[in-house]
Amino acid sequence: MRQRERQLGALYALPLSVFLGLTFLAPILLVAGFSMMPEKVFELAHMPDFSAYRTVLAQGYWKSVAWSLVLAALATLILLVICWPLAYAMAKVFKRFTLVLTIGVVMTLFVSENIRLFGWVLTLMKGGLVEGYVRHWTGLGFDAPLYNVPVIVFGLVYVYLPFMLFPLAQGISMVPDDARQAAYDLGATRWQILREIELPLAMPGIMVGSLLTFVLAAGAMAESKLLGGRAVITIADEVQTAFTYGQNWPLGSALAMVLIAIIGTLAIWAISKADLDAMMGRKS
Amino acid sequence: MKTSRLASALLLAYGIAILAFLYLPLVSVGLASVSKARYLSFPIRRYNTDWYGEALASDTVRDLLWISLKVAGIVTASSMVIGFLGALAFARYSWRFRKPFQKLILLPIFFPQTVLGLALLMWFNALGIVPSWKTAIVAHLVWIAPIATLIVSIRAFSFDPALEEAARDMGATQWQVLREVTIPLLMPGVVSAGLFAFLLSWGNFPLSLFTTGADSTLPEWLFAKMISGYSPLVPTVGVLTVAGSAILVAAGLILAWALKRLRPTT
Repeated sequence: MRQRERQLGALYALPLSVFLGLTFLAPILLVAGFSMMPEKVFELAHMPDFSAYRTVLAQGYWKSVAWSLVLAALATLILLVICWPLAYAMAKVFKRFTLVLTIGVVMTLFVSENIRLFGWVLTLMKGGLVEGYVRHWTGLGFDAPLYNVPVIVFGLVYVYLPFMLFPLAQGISMVPDDARQAAYDLGATRWQILREIELPLAMPGIMVGSLLTFVLAAGAMAESKLLGGRAVITIADEVQTAFTYGQNWPLGSALAMVLIAIIGTLAIWAISKADLDAMMGRKS
Repeated sequence: MKTSRLASALLLAYGIAILAFLYLPLVSVGLASVSKARYLSFPIRRYNTDWYGEALASDTVRDLLWISLKVAGIVTASSMVIGFLGALAFARYSWRFRKPFQKLILLPIFFPQTVLGLALLMWFNALGIVPSWKTAIVAHLVWIAPIATLIVSIRAFSFDPALEEAARDMGATQWQVLREVTIPLLMPGVVSAGLFAFLLSWGNFPLSLFTTGADSTLPEWLFAKMISGYSPLVPTVGVLTVAGSAILVAAGLILAWALKRLRPTT
Protein backbone atom coordinates (compact mmCIF):
# COMPACT_ATOMS: atom_id res chain seq x y z
CA MET A 1 0.00 0.00 0.00
CA ARG A 2 2.71 2.48 1.03
CA GLN A 3 4.73 1.50 -1.99
CA ARG A 4 1.81 2.09 -4.32
CA GLU A 5 1.01 5.48 -2.74
CA ARG A 6 4.57 6.57 -3.29
CA GLN A 7 4.53 5.58 -6.92
CA LEU A 8 1.11 7.08 -7.60
CA GLY A 9 2.03 10.36 -5.90
CA ALA A 10 5.14 10.75 -8.00
CA LEU A 11 3.28 9.73 -11.15
CA TYR A 12 0.45 12.22 -10.67
CA ALA A 13 2.85 15.00 -9.79
CA LEU A 14 4.75 14.44 -13.02
CA PRO A 15 2.65 16.42 -15.54
CA LEU A 16 2.58 19.61 -13.47
CA SER A 17 6.20 19.32 -12.33
CA VAL A 18 7.50 18.80 -15.86
CA PHE A 19 5.30 21.60 -17.16
CA LEU A 20 6.45 24.08 -14.51
CA GLY A 21 10.05 22.99 -14.97
CA LEU A 22 9.88 23.82 -18.67
CA THR A 23 7.73 26.93 -18.51
CA PHE A 24 8.59 28.51 -15.17
CA LEU A 25 12.00 27.45 -13.86
CA ALA A 26 13.70 27.29 -17.28
CA PRO A 27 12.60 30.81 -18.34
CA ILE A 28 13.81 32.21 -15.00
CA LEU A 29 17.20 30.58 -15.54
CA LEU A 30 17.24 32.10 -19.01
CA VAL A 31 16.55 35.55 -17.54
CA ALA A 32 19.33 34.98 -15.02
CA GLY A 33 21.65 34.03 -17.89
CA PHE A 34 20.76 37.07 -19.97
CA SER A 35 21.21 39.40 -17.00
CA MET A 36 24.95 38.59 -17.01
CA MET A 37 25.44 39.28 -20.73
CA PRO A 38 26.95 42.43 -22.24
CA GLU A 39 24.27 45.00 -23.01
CA LYS A 40 22.07 44.90 -26.10
CA VAL A 41 22.82 41.32 -27.15
CA PHE A 42 20.07 38.90 -28.11
CA GLU A 43 21.72 35.55 -27.53
CA LEU A 44 23.58 33.88 -24.70
CA ALA A 45 26.76 33.16 -26.70
CA HIS A 46 28.83 35.95 -25.15
CA MET A 47 31.18 36.25 -22.20
CA PRO A 48 29.27 37.28 -19.09
CA ASP A 49 30.44 40.73 -18.01
CA PHE A 50 27.67 41.81 -15.59
CA SER A 51 27.60 45.26 -17.20
CA ALA A 52 23.79 45.34 -17.05
CA TYR A 53 23.95 45.21 -13.25
CA ARG A 54 26.40 48.13 -13.24
CA THR A 55 23.92 50.08 -15.36
CA VAL A 56 21.16 49.25 -12.90
CA LEU A 57 23.26 50.70 -10.09
CA ALA A 58 24.59 53.70 -12.01
CA GLN A 59 21.44 54.86 -13.83
CA GLY A 60 19.22 55.47 -10.83
CA TYR A 61 17.03 52.42 -11.33
CA TRP A 62 17.19 51.94 -7.59
CA LYS A 63 14.64 54.75 -7.39
CA SER A 64 12.05 52.61 -9.20
CA VAL A 65 12.85 49.71 -6.93
CA ALA A 66 12.49 51.92 -3.88
CA TRP A 67 9.21 53.42 -5.15
CA SER A 68 7.75 49.99 -5.86
CA LEU A 69 8.65 48.78 -2.39
CA VAL A 70 7.38 51.94 -0.66
CA LEU A 71 4.09 51.89 -2.59
CA ALA A 72 3.64 48.20 -1.87
CA ALA A 73 4.38 48.70 1.84
CA LEU A 74 1.92 51.61 2.08
CA ALA A 75 -0.80 49.64 0.29
CA THR A 76 -0.20 46.66 2.59
CA LEU A 77 -0.45 48.78 5.75
CA ILE A 78 -3.60 50.57 4.61
CA LEU A 79 -5.20 47.27 3.59
CA LEU A 80 -4.40 45.74 6.95
CA VAL A 81 -6.31 48.54 8.68
CA ILE A 82 -9.21 48.60 6.20
CA CYS A 83 -9.66 44.83 6.04
CA TRP A 84 -9.32 44.00 9.73
CA PRO A 85 -12.85 45.04 10.83
CA LEU A 86 -14.43 43.43 7.78
CA ALA A 87 -12.41 40.22 8.11
CA TYR A 88 -13.31 40.14 11.80
CA ALA A 89 -16.99 40.50 10.98
CA MET A 90 -16.77 37.85 8.25
CA ALA A 91 -15.19 35.37 10.66
CA LYS A 92 -17.14 36.14 13.82
CA VAL A 93 -20.20 38.34 13.31
CA PHE A 94 -21.87 37.92 9.91
CA LYS A 95 -23.71 34.74 9.12
CA ARG A 96 -25.23 34.63 5.65
CA PHE A 97 -23.68 37.95 4.66
CA THR A 98 -20.23 36.33 4.78
CA LEU A 99 -21.19 34.22 1.77
CA VAL A 100 -22.58 37.24 -0.07
CA LEU A 101 -19.38 39.18 0.63
CA THR A 102 -17.19 36.26 -0.41
CA ILE A 103 -18.96 35.80 -3.73
CA GLY A 104 -19.14 39.57 -4.29
CA VAL A 105 -15.43 40.07 -3.68
CA VAL A 106 -14.30 36.98 -5.63
CA MET A 107 -16.39 38.08 -8.62
CA THR A 108 -14.38 41.29 -8.95
CA LEU A 109 -11.24 39.19 -9.40
CA PHE A 110 -12.65 37.84 -12.63
CA VAL A 111 -12.96 41.28 -14.17
CA SER A 112 -9.76 42.28 -15.91
CA GLU A 113 -7.70 44.64 -13.75
CA ASN A 114 -7.57 47.00 -16.74
CA ILE A 115 -11.30 47.43 -16.90
CA ARG A 116 -11.59 48.10 -13.17
CA LEU A 117 -8.81 50.66 -13.17
CA PHE A 118 -10.22 52.26 -16.30
CA GLY A 119 -13.52 52.45 -14.41
CA TRP A 120 -11.73 54.45 -11.70
CA VAL A 121 -10.38 56.82 -14.33
CA LEU A 122 -13.96 57.37 -15.57
CA THR A 123 -15.11 57.81 -11.96
CA LEU A 124 -12.43 60.24 -10.85
CA MET A 125 -11.54 62.21 -14.00
CA LYS A 126 -12.67 65.77 -14.63
CA GLY A 127 -16.18 65.37 -15.97
CA GLY A 128 -16.20 61.85 -14.55
CA LEU A 129 -18.86 60.24 -12.39
CA VAL A 130 -17.93 62.05 -9.17
CA GLU A 131 -16.80 65.45 -10.39
CA GLY A 132 -19.48 65.57 -13.11
CA TYR A 133 -22.35 65.06 -10.70
CA VAL A 134 -20.89 67.28 -7.97
CA ARG A 135 -20.56 70.11 -10.50
CA HIS A 136 -24.01 69.40 -11.87
CA TRP A 137 -25.63 69.63 -8.45
CA THR A 138 -23.55 72.28 -6.69
CA GLY A 139 -21.98 74.17 -9.57
CA LEU A 140 -18.55 73.66 -8.02
CA GLY A 141 -15.98 71.72 -10.00
CA PHE A 142 -12.62 70.45 -8.77
CA ASP A 143 -9.50 69.01 -10.29
CA ALA A 144 -9.35 65.29 -10.91
CA PRO A 145 -7.47 63.51 -8.11
CA LEU A 146 -5.61 61.51 -10.75
CA TYR A 147 -2.04 61.30 -11.99
CA ASN A 148 -0.26 61.56 -8.63
CA VAL A 149 1.28 59.22 -6.08
CA PRO A 150 -1.66 58.88 -3.64
CA VAL A 151 -3.97 57.66 -6.40
CA ILE A 152 -1.44 54.92 -7.25
CA VAL A 153 -1.58 53.72 -3.64
CA PHE A 154 -5.37 53.96 -3.86
CA GLY A 155 -5.32 51.78 -6.99
CA LEU A 156 -3.10 49.20 -5.31
CA VAL A 157 -5.40 49.13 -2.28
CA TYR A 158 -8.38 48.66 -4.57
CA VAL A 159 -6.89 45.90 -6.71
CA TYR A 160 -5.30 43.84 -3.93
CA LEU A 161 -8.06 44.08 -1.31
CA PRO A 162 -9.22 40.46 -1.80
CA PHE A 163 -5.68 39.16 -1.25
CA MET A 164 -5.62 40.74 2.21
CA LEU A 165 -9.25 40.19 3.16
CA PHE A 166 -9.50 36.41 2.74
CA PRO A 167 -6.29 35.34 4.51
CA LEU A 168 -7.10 37.78 7.31
CA ALA A 169 -10.61 36.36 7.76
CA GLN A 170 -9.10 32.88 7.77
CA GLY A 171 -6.59 33.95 10.44
CA ILE A 172 -9.22 35.59 12.65
CA SER A 173 -11.45 32.53 12.46
CA MET A 174 -8.62 30.65 14.17
CA VAL A 175 -8.87 32.85 17.29
CA PRO A 176 -10.94 30.78 19.77
CA ASP A 177 -13.95 32.60 21.18
CA ASP A 178 -13.14 31.16 24.61
CA ALA A 179 -9.83 33.01 24.74
CA ARG A 180 -11.54 36.33 24.02
CA GLN A 181 -14.31 35.58 26.49
CA ALA A 182 -11.81 34.67 29.20
CA ALA A 183 -9.82 37.86 28.67
CA TYR A 184 -13.02 39.87 28.78
CA ASP A 185 -14.16 38.17 32.00
CA LEU A 186 -10.80 38.94 33.57
CA GLY A 187 -11.39 42.62 32.91
CA ALA A 188 -9.41 43.23 29.72
CA THR A 189 -10.46 46.24 27.67
CA ARG A 190 -11.39 45.93 23.99
CA TRP A 191 -7.98 47.35 23.05
CA GLN A 192 -6.15 44.87 25.29
CA ILE A 193 -8.07 41.95 23.79
CA LEU A 194 -7.08 43.10 20.33
CA ARG A 195 -3.42 43.53 21.23
CA GLU A 196 -2.91 40.58 23.55
CA ILE A 197 -5.27 37.94 22.18
CA GLU A 198 -6.53 38.57 18.67
CA LEU A 199 -3.46 39.95 16.92
CA PRO A 200 -1.06 37.23 18.15
CA LEU A 201 -3.49 34.37 17.53
CA ALA A 202 -4.47 35.63 14.07
CA MET A 203 -0.81 36.20 13.15
CA PRO A 204 -0.59 33.42 10.50
CA GLY A 205 -3.44 35.03 8.56
CA ILE A 206 -1.94 38.49 8.99
CA MET A 207 1.42 37.29 7.68
CA VAL A 208 -0.04 35.44 4.69
CA GLY A 209 -2.27 38.37 3.73
CA SER A 210 0.48 40.98 4.13
CA LEU A 211 3.06 38.99 2.20
CA LEU A 212 0.68 38.17 -0.62
CA THR A 213 -0.39 41.81 -0.93
CA PHE A 214 3.15 43.15 -0.67
CA VAL A 215 4.60 40.72 -3.19
CA LEU A 216 1.83 41.29 -5.74
CA ALA A 217 1.86 45.07 -5.28
CA ALA A 218 5.66 45.24 -5.60
CA GLY A 219 5.41 43.66 -9.06
CA ALA A 220 2.50 45.83 -10.20
CA MET A 221 2.50 48.46 -12.91
CA ALA A 222 -1.03 48.91 -14.26
CA GLU A 223 -1.99 51.19 -11.35
CA SER A 224 0.86 53.61 -11.95
CA LYS A 225 0.28 53.57 -15.70
CA LEU A 226 -3.49 53.95 -15.85
CA LEU A 227 -4.32 55.91 -12.68
CA GLY A 228 -0.99 57.48 -11.83
CA GLY A 229 -0.19 58.72 -15.33
CA ARG A 230 3.28 57.37 -14.61
CA ALA A 231 3.86 59.93 -11.84
CA VAL A 232 6.10 57.16 -10.55
CA ILE A 233 7.74 54.50 -12.72
CA THR A 234 7.55 51.14 -10.97
CA ILE A 235 10.21 48.47 -11.35
CA ALA A 236 7.93 46.20 -13.39
CA ASP A 237 7.36 49.13 -15.74
CA GLU A 238 11.14 49.64 -16.10
CA VAL A 239 11.57 45.96 -16.89
CA GLN A 240 8.96 46.20 -19.61
CA THR A 241 10.44 49.38 -21.08
CA ALA A 242 13.93 47.88 -21.20
CA PHE A 243 12.63 44.85 -23.07
CA THR A 244 10.29 46.60 -25.49
CA TYR A 245 11.30 50.21 -26.31
CA GLY A 246 14.85 49.83 -25.02
CA GLN A 247 15.51 46.58 -26.91
CA ASN A 248 18.03 45.87 -24.16
CA TRP A 249 17.37 42.35 -22.98
CA PRO A 250 20.31 42.10 -20.58
CA LEU A 251 19.28 45.32 -18.83
CA GLY A 252 15.65 44.16 -18.64
CA SER A 253 16.83 40.80 -17.32
CA ALA A 254 19.05 42.41 -14.67
CA LEU A 255 16.16 44.60 -13.51
CA ALA A 256 13.88 41.56 -13.50
CA MET A 257 16.44 39.67 -11.41
CA VAL A 258 16.44 42.47 -8.82
CA LEU A 259 12.65 42.20 -8.57
CA ILE A 260 12.77 38.39 -8.57
CA ALA A 261 15.39 38.44 -5.80
CA ILE A 262 13.28 40.66 -3.54
CA ILE A 263 9.99 38.90 -4.18
CA GLY A 264 11.55 35.44 -4.32
CA THR A 265 13.28 35.86 -0.96
CA LEU A 266 10.06 36.95 0.72
CA ALA A 267 7.93 34.31 -1.00
CA ILE A 268 10.33 31.44 -0.41
CA TRP A 269 10.76 32.44 3.21
CA ALA A 270 7.00 32.52 3.72
CA ILE A 271 6.35 29.33 1.79
CA SER A 272 9.07 27.44 3.65
CA LYS A 273 7.45 28.35 6.97
CA ALA A 274 3.93 27.48 5.90
CA ASP A 275 2.57 24.01 6.57
CA LEU A 276 0.09 23.63 3.75
CA ASP A 277 -1.31 20.36 5.05
CA ALA A 278 -2.34 22.01 8.30
CA MET A 279 -3.57 25.20 6.63
CA MET A 280 -5.80 23.41 4.17
CA GLY A 281 -7.09 20.91 6.70
CA ARG A 282 -5.54 17.57 5.74
CA LYS A 283 -7.22 14.78 7.64
CA SER A 284 -4.76 11.93 7.74
CA MET B 1 -18.76 39.00 24.98
CA LYS B 2 -21.38 39.16 22.24
CA THR B 3 -21.00 41.83 19.61
CA SER B 4 -23.65 44.44 20.31
CA ARG B 5 -26.53 45.16 17.96
CA LEU B 6 -25.13 48.54 17.08
CA ALA B 7 -21.67 47.15 16.34
CA SER B 8 -23.17 44.44 14.12
CA ALA B 9 -25.20 46.99 12.21
CA LEU B 10 -22.13 49.19 11.75
CA LEU B 11 -20.08 46.24 10.51
CA LEU B 12 -22.83 45.30 8.07
CA ALA B 13 -22.90 48.85 6.75
CA TYR B 14 -19.12 48.75 6.43
CA GLY B 15 -19.30 45.50 4.47
CA ILE B 16 -21.86 46.96 2.10
CA ALA B 17 -19.71 50.09 1.71
CA ILE B 18 -16.69 47.95 0.76
CA LEU B 19 -18.75 46.06 -1.82
CA ALA B 20 -19.98 49.38 -3.23
CA PHE B 21 -16.37 50.58 -3.38
CA LEU B 22 -15.37 47.45 -5.29
CA TYR B 23 -18.18 47.80 -7.81
CA LEU B 24 -18.24 51.60 -8.25
CA PRO B 25 -15.75 51.65 -11.17
CA LEU B 26 -17.81 49.01 -12.96
CA VAL B 27 -20.87 51.23 -12.56
CA SER B 28 -18.96 54.05 -14.26
CA VAL B 29 -17.95 51.74 -17.10
CA GLY B 30 -21.53 50.54 -17.44
CA LEU B 31 -22.92 54.09 -17.56
CA ALA B 32 -20.24 55.17 -20.02
CA SER B 33 -21.16 52.30 -22.33
CA VAL B 34 -24.71 53.60 -22.80
CA SER B 35 -23.78 57.24 -23.30
CA LYS B 36 -24.50 58.54 -26.76
CA ALA B 37 -21.71 61.11 -26.78
CA ARG B 38 -18.43 60.32 -28.49
CA TYR B 39 -16.55 62.16 -25.72
CA LEU B 40 -17.77 61.01 -22.37
CA SER B 41 -18.72 63.46 -19.66
CA PHE B 42 -20.97 62.97 -16.66
CA PRO B 43 -23.84 63.57 -16.02
CA ILE B 44 -24.80 61.69 -19.14
CA ARG B 45 -27.29 63.64 -21.22
CA ARG B 46 -28.51 61.12 -23.75
CA TYR B 47 -28.53 57.38 -23.39
CA ASN B 48 -28.59 54.82 -26.15
CA THR B 49 -27.20 51.43 -26.92
CA ASP B 50 -25.80 52.10 -30.39
CA TRP B 51 -22.26 51.35 -29.31
CA TYR B 52 -23.31 47.81 -28.46
CA GLY B 53 -24.64 47.29 -31.97
CA GLU B 54 -21.42 48.66 -33.36
CA ALA B 55 -19.27 46.48 -31.08
CA LEU B 56 -21.19 43.32 -31.92
CA ALA B 57 -21.08 44.03 -35.65
CA SER B 58 -17.35 44.75 -35.67
CA ASP B 59 -15.07 42.11 -37.14
CA THR B 60 -12.23 43.15 -34.84
CA VAL B 61 -14.32 42.50 -31.75
CA ARG B 62 -15.47 39.17 -33.15
CA ASP B 63 -11.87 38.08 -33.78
CA LEU B 64 -10.83 39.18 -30.29
CA LEU B 65 -13.75 37.32 -28.77
CA TRP B 66 -12.90 34.16 -30.68
CA ILE B 67 -9.22 34.27 -29.66
CA SER B 68 -10.08 34.94 -26.00
CA LEU B 69 -12.58 32.07 -26.06
CA LYS B 70 -10.13 29.64 -27.67
CA VAL B 71 -7.41 30.49 -25.16
CA ALA B 72 -9.72 30.33 -22.14
CA GLY B 73 -11.37 27.11 -23.35
CA ILE B 74 -8.13 25.21 -23.83
CA VAL B 75 -6.69 26.61 -20.59
CA THR B 76 -9.81 25.40 -18.76
CA ALA B 77 -9.69 21.86 -20.14
CA SER B 78 -5.95 21.52 -19.54
CA SER B 79 -6.06 22.91 -16.01
CA MET B 80 -8.88 20.58 -15.07
CA VAL B 81 -6.77 17.55 -16.06
CA ILE B 82 -3.47 18.85 -14.66
CA GLY B 83 -5.20 20.16 -11.53
CA PHE B 84 -6.92 16.83 -10.88
CA LEU B 85 -3.69 14.84 -11.15
CA GLY B 86 -1.70 17.50 -9.32
CA ALA B 87 -4.17 17.62 -6.45
CA LEU B 88 -3.87 13.88 -5.86
CA ALA B 89 -0.12 14.30 -5.57
CA PHE B 90 -0.55 17.49 -3.54
CA ALA B 91 -3.11 16.29 -1.02
CA ARG B 92 -3.93 12.62 -1.25
CA TYR B 93 -0.82 10.47 -1.55
CA SER B 94 2.16 10.41 0.77
CA TRP B 95 5.23 10.33 -1.42
CA ARG B 96 8.78 11.38 -1.05
CA PHE B 97 8.80 14.85 -2.60
CA ARG B 98 5.31 15.91 -1.60
CA LYS B 99 6.35 18.92 0.47
CA PRO B 100 8.76 20.32 -2.15
CA PHE B 101 6.08 19.73 -4.79
CA GLN B 102 3.56 21.74 -2.74
CA LYS B 103 6.02 24.59 -2.49
CA LEU B 104 6.98 24.54 -6.17
CA ILE B 105 3.33 24.99 -7.05
CA LEU B 106 2.94 28.12 -4.96
CA LEU B 107 5.86 29.98 -6.54
CA PRO B 108 4.25 30.86 -9.91
CA ILE B 109 1.21 32.27 -8.10
CA PHE B 110 3.39 34.76 -6.22
CA PHE B 111 5.46 35.65 -9.26
CA PRO B 112 4.91 39.06 -10.93
CA GLN B 113 2.98 38.26 -14.08
CA THR B 114 4.54 40.95 -16.25
CA VAL B 115 8.00 39.55 -15.57
CA LEU B 116 6.74 36.01 -16.13
CA GLY B 117 5.27 37.05 -19.48
CA LEU B 118 8.56 38.64 -20.55
CA ALA B 119 10.60 35.67 -19.36
CA LEU B 120 8.36 33.36 -21.39
CA LEU B 121 8.71 35.60 -24.43
CA MET B 122 12.51 35.27 -24.20
CA TRP B 123 12.16 31.55 -23.65
CA PHE B 124 9.93 31.04 -26.70
CA ASN B 125 12.36 33.15 -28.70
CA ALA B 126 15.29 31.00 -27.52
CA LEU B 127 13.39 27.85 -28.51
CA GLY B 128 12.54 29.32 -31.91
CA ILE B 129 8.78 29.36 -31.28
CA VAL B 130 6.86 32.26 -32.83
CA PRO B 131 4.42 33.66 -30.24
CA SER B 132 0.74 33.41 -31.11
CA TRP B 133 -2.46 32.69 -29.19
CA LYS B 134 -1.14 29.15 -28.69
CA THR B 135 1.86 30.34 -26.68
CA ALA B 136 -0.52 32.49 -24.62
CA ILE B 137 -2.21 29.25 -23.55
CA VAL B 138 1.10 28.01 -22.16
CA ALA B 139 1.68 31.33 -20.39
CA HIS B 140 -1.78 31.31 -18.82
CA LEU B 141 -1.30 27.72 -17.68
CA VAL B 142 1.91 28.53 -15.79
CA TRP B 143 -0.18 30.70 -13.49
CA ILE B 144 -3.60 29.03 -13.69
CA ALA B 145 -2.69 25.30 -13.48
CA PRO B 146 -1.21 25.77 -9.96
CA ILE B 147 -4.32 27.67 -8.86
CA ALA B 148 -6.51 24.88 -10.26
CA THR B 149 -4.39 22.34 -8.38
CA LEU B 150 -4.91 24.23 -5.12
CA ILE B 151 -8.66 24.38 -5.66
CA VAL B 152 -8.97 20.65 -6.36
CA SER B 153 -6.65 19.98 -3.39
CA ILE B 154 -9.09 21.61 -0.98
CA ARG B 155 -11.58 18.94 -2.05
CA ALA B 156 -8.93 16.19 -2.01
CA PHE B 157 -7.94 17.04 1.56
CA SER B 158 -11.44 16.26 2.84
CA PHE B 159 -11.56 12.97 0.99
CA ASP B 160 -11.47 9.76 3.01
CA PRO B 161 -8.66 7.46 1.72
CA ALA B 162 -10.55 4.46 3.17
CA LEU B 163 -13.02 4.70 0.27
CA GLU B 164 -10.29 4.00 -2.26
CA GLU B 165 -8.82 1.23 -0.14
CA ALA B 166 -12.21 -0.43 0.27
CA ALA B 167 -12.71 -0.49 -3.49
CA ARG B 168 -9.25 -1.96 -3.94
CA ASP B 169 -9.81 -4.62 -1.27
CA MET B 170 -12.95 -5.69 -3.09
CA GLY B 171 -10.85 -6.35 -6.17
CA ALA B 172 -11.10 -3.16 -8.20
CA THR B 173 -8.16 -2.42 -10.49
CA GLN B 174 -6.26 0.84 -10.22
CA TRP B 175 -8.15 2.20 -13.23
CA GLN B 176 -11.53 1.17 -11.79
CA VAL B 177 -10.72 2.84 -8.46
CA LEU B 178 -9.84 6.02 -10.31
CA ARG B 179 -12.95 5.95 -12.49
CA GLU B 180 -15.51 4.79 -9.94
CA VAL B 181 -14.29 6.39 -6.71
CA THR B 182 -11.65 9.08 -7.09
CA ILE B 183 -12.97 10.99 -10.08
CA PRO B 184 -16.61 11.21 -8.91
CA LEU B 185 -15.53 12.31 -5.42
CA LEU B 186 -13.22 15.04 -6.70
CA MET B 187 -15.55 16.17 -9.49
CA PRO B 188 -17.02 19.21 -7.66
CA GLY B 189 -13.49 20.49 -7.03
CA VAL B 190 -12.49 19.86 -10.64
CA VAL B 191 -15.54 21.75 -11.90
CA SER B 192 -14.89 24.78 -9.69
CA ALA B 193 -11.25 24.72 -10.74
CA GLY B 194 -12.41 24.76 -14.36
CA LEU B 195 -14.67 27.71 -13.66
CA PHE B 196 -11.85 29.65 -12.00
CA ALA B 197 -9.48 28.73 -14.82
CA PHE B 198 -11.82 30.03 -17.48
CA LEU B 199 -12.54 33.27 -15.68
CA LEU B 200 -8.91 33.99 -14.81
CA SER B 201 -7.77 33.30 -18.36
CA TRP B 202 -10.62 35.34 -19.83
CA GLY B 203 -9.69 38.42 -17.81
CA ASN B 204 -5.91 38.04 -17.85
CA PHE B 205 -3.89 40.87 -19.29
CA PRO B 206 -0.23 40.86 -18.13
CA LEU B 207 0.53 37.34 -19.35
CA SER B 208 -1.25 37.78 -22.67
CA LEU B 209 0.48 41.10 -23.34
CA PHE B 210 3.85 39.57 -24.18
CA THR B 211 2.94 36.07 -25.26
CA THR B 212 0.22 36.43 -27.91
CA GLY B 213 2.53 37.76 -30.61
CA ALA B 214 0.51 39.23 -33.47
CA ASP B 215 -2.77 37.95 -32.02
CA SER B 216 -4.64 39.89 -29.37
CA THR B 217 -7.11 39.00 -26.62
CA LEU B 218 -9.96 41.22 -25.42
CA PRO B 219 -8.16 42.62 -22.33
CA GLU B 220 -5.08 43.41 -24.44
CA TRP B 221 -7.12 45.27 -27.02
CA LEU B 222 -8.92 47.19 -24.28
CA PHE B 223 -5.62 48.24 -22.72
CA ALA B 224 -4.21 49.37 -26.07
CA LYS B 225 -7.32 51.51 -26.66
CA MET B 226 -7.28 52.89 -23.10
CA ILE B 227 -3.77 54.28 -23.30
CA SER B 228 -4.18 55.62 -26.84
CA GLY B 229 -7.08 57.90 -25.86
CA TYR B 230 -10.78 57.45 -25.19
CA SER B 231 -12.91 55.38 -27.52
CA PRO B 232 -16.61 54.78 -26.82
CA LEU B 233 -16.07 51.14 -27.71
CA VAL B 234 -13.81 50.60 -24.67
CA PRO B 235 -16.57 50.74 -22.03
CA THR B 236 -18.91 48.83 -24.34
CA VAL B 237 -16.54 45.95 -24.99
CA GLY B 238 -15.53 46.10 -21.30
CA VAL B 239 -19.15 45.61 -20.25
CA LEU B 240 -19.51 42.76 -22.74
CA THR B 241 -16.51 40.89 -21.31
CA VAL B 242 -17.75 41.44 -17.74
CA ALA B 243 -21.20 40.22 -18.78
CA GLY B 244 -19.57 37.11 -20.24
CA SER B 245 -17.93 36.25 -16.90
CA ALA B 246 -21.05 37.13 -14.92
CA ILE B 247 -23.18 34.75 -17.00
CA LEU B 248 -20.64 31.98 -16.49
CA VAL B 249 -20.50 32.55 -12.71
CA ALA B 250 -24.30 32.60 -12.51
CA ALA B 251 -24.46 29.34 -14.47
CA GLY B 252 -21.88 27.82 -12.11
CA LEU B 253 -23.76 28.89 -8.99
CA ILE B 254 -27.06 27.58 -10.38
CA LEU B 255 -25.41 24.28 -11.28
CA ALA B 256 -23.94 23.94 -7.79
CA TRP B 257 -27.30 24.71 -6.22
CA ALA B 258 -29.13 22.27 -8.48
CA LEU B 259 -26.68 19.46 -7.74
CA LYS B 260 -27.11 20.07 -4.03
CA ARG B 261 -30.88 19.86 -4.36
CA LEU B 262 -30.70 16.69 -6.44
CA ARG B 263 -28.34 14.82 -4.15
CA PRO B 264 -29.01 16.00 -0.61
CA THR B 265 -26.99 13.19 0.99
CA THR B 266 -23.56 13.93 -0.49
